Amino acid sequence: MSGAPLIELRSVYRIYGRGEAEIRALAAVDLAIHPGEFVAVMGASGSGKSTCMNIVGCLDTPTSGAYLFQGVDTGGLSRDQRALLRRHYLGFVFQGFNLLDRTTALENVELPLIYRGMQRSERHARARRALDKVGLAGRERHTPAELSGGQQQRVAIARAIVSEPAILLADEPTGNLDTQRSHEFMRLLVELNREEGLTVVMVTHEADMADYAQRIIRFRDGRVESDSTVESAA
Amino acid sequence: MYWNTLLLALREMRRNLLRSTLTMLGIIIGVAAVITLVTLGRGATVHVASEIAGLGSNLLHLRPGSRNRGPGGISGPIEPFSLADVKAVEREIGGVKAIAPIASKTLLTVYGNSNWSTRVNGTSNGYFAARNWAVSHGRPFTESELQSGRSVCILGATVRSELFDREDPLGASLRLGRVSCQVVGVLESKGQSPFGSDQDDQILMPLKAYQRRIAGNRDVNLIYVSAKRSELTVKVKRDIEQLMRQRRRIASDQDDSFNVRDMKEVAARVSSTTRTMTSLLGAVATVSLLVGGIGIMNIMLVSVTERTREIGIRLALGARERNVLLQFLVEAVVLSSVGGVSGIVLGVLSAWAGAGMLGVPLVLSAEIILIAFGFSALVGVVFGYFPARQAARLDPIQALRHE
Repeated sequence: MSGAPLIELRSVYRIYGRGEAEIRALAAVDLAIHPGEFVAVMGASGSGKSTCMNIVGCLDTPTSGAYLFQGVDTGGLSRDQRALLRRHYLGFVFQGFNLLDRTTALENVELPLIYRGMQRSERHARARRALDKVGLAGRERHTPAELSGGQQQRVAIARAIVSEPAILLADEPTGNLDTQRSHEFMRLLVELNREEGLTVVMVTHEADMADYAQRIIRFRDGRVESDSTVESAA
Repeated sequence: MYWNTLLLALREMRRNLLRSTLTMLGIIIGVAAVITLVTLGRGATVHVASEIAGLGSNLLHLRPGSRNRGPGGISGPIEPFSLADVKAVEREIGGVKAIAPIASKTLLTVYGNSNWSTRVNGTSNGYFAARNWAVSHGRPFTESELQSGRSVCILGATVRSELFDREDPLGASLRLGRVSCQVVGVLESKGQSPFGSDQDDQILMPLKAYQRRIAGNRDVNLIYVSAKRSELTVKVKRDIEQLMRQRRRIASDQDDSFNVRDMKEVAARVSSTTRTMTSLLGAVATVSLLVGGIGIMNIMLVSVTERTREIGIRLALGARERNVLLQFLVEAVVLSSVGGVSGIVLGVLSAWAGAGMLGVPLVLSAEIILIAFGFSALVGVVFGYFPARQAARLDPIQALRHE
């Protein structure tokens, strides 16, 4: 790994509650992820992996320690500034898909672009391209209820990549998919990572999904237990 | 940006079409009620005013009897006017267009097999000008008929239709009580008076004939005086009061033993009463608009709770606080404004139907429509703000976890 890291956590703590009820969700986490990496974050529930993802995704802030995004400390950012950072640099894929129901695939995908204030024609063109990329060309007018779970998750990816983010954050993206759909989904992520150079950070507890990644970080009790680079089988 | 927010709000309304419609119903009914009631109220005011004007332009009623009645009722007997009083007014008072003495009584009238009880007015040709009447068929009285007191009469439209049906009444002879009388004319129809009585239910005959053949005295019970111009009524009224006090020899410390009433005053009083009623109805309708606003707040709060997860998604995708605030605010305003516009359409339609039913003119004012619309939009802003702020302040992590 060379060059400046895309994101960097320095001695990050995240503590909930006070005194007796204090819970250390993260304790002294140091982590650096470089552009173009495909990282799987693993760990039991309660190990701190989701908290870590929330901080990386600028949805939460560390209790102490520093989170640097492209070398800039995010510590001083307001709630609104973090929203702008998410808008311009981050893409999210959630376990529960989190698409807006009764809203077509195209409308779902163009949502982040609406917040960017993009013109309608360009918005549509880019949303179509993103849907095309995830293999859903021709399904623009379908609502989530008319799509299978696998297709819904693809719409979610299209929505995450439509704004060409610096990093894609996926929180257990295959949690609601069957094995076959999960593997299809992972192959799509790998393809985006290799061909578009998209940086991917994915939380999962399934070892065979984590195997698609180049690097696996394991959490245990709020600390990084292991951090290993996998030699690609392909 | 604002256009996009509007777009999101419209999409949201489409997603929940039934709920949006039901929410708007409160505003629709509120706005429609305000517009209908105020429009009908104004129509009624205009109607009453024009009806009163139709009673006779710039009309004064001169009646015997005291204007100020004490707690003990009328003091002393009422002294009627005489033809001499009428002549005096005619001679001494300037600015008078027409003057008509009236003496009247309700009598049973008979023609052939038909009979009808009606008011018989002994008067002069001045009556037509003073009270805005026209003879639609036949002729008014001739000078010799008035002078000699010949027994001729002119029928109101109601009397004519009750006694003669389709038969031509001209030249026919009918009986008024014990007196026989020849029909020389028929009055045009005026319909109901603003106070609800049938103005066409009357018979006119020369005052002299009435006094001699029916009343058996020379009394005049009422004098109509019509001023030449509207602004003259006050002066004419004052002059008549002075003249009558002189003629009746009323000392300066005594009350009038007669009264002069200006129909314009009556019209103003009636109009002001109707206006008060209009404001009252409008106020009641405004309360319903307010209730509609609270309905919007209710639904918006439910909507925020129900869409917590959606708000989480939006925040995660990079929506700022003000984007979410604006989205919910715009949704509330769009709901209330669309409700307002529908309410205006409904209100105008029902005002139109109501005006037709009540027989009052449709007095649509752009002012009240604008106010109703502005108010409904304002309701959206006021009652939409609180739920919108709730939504904007949600924690994205909590919101995303919300089931």
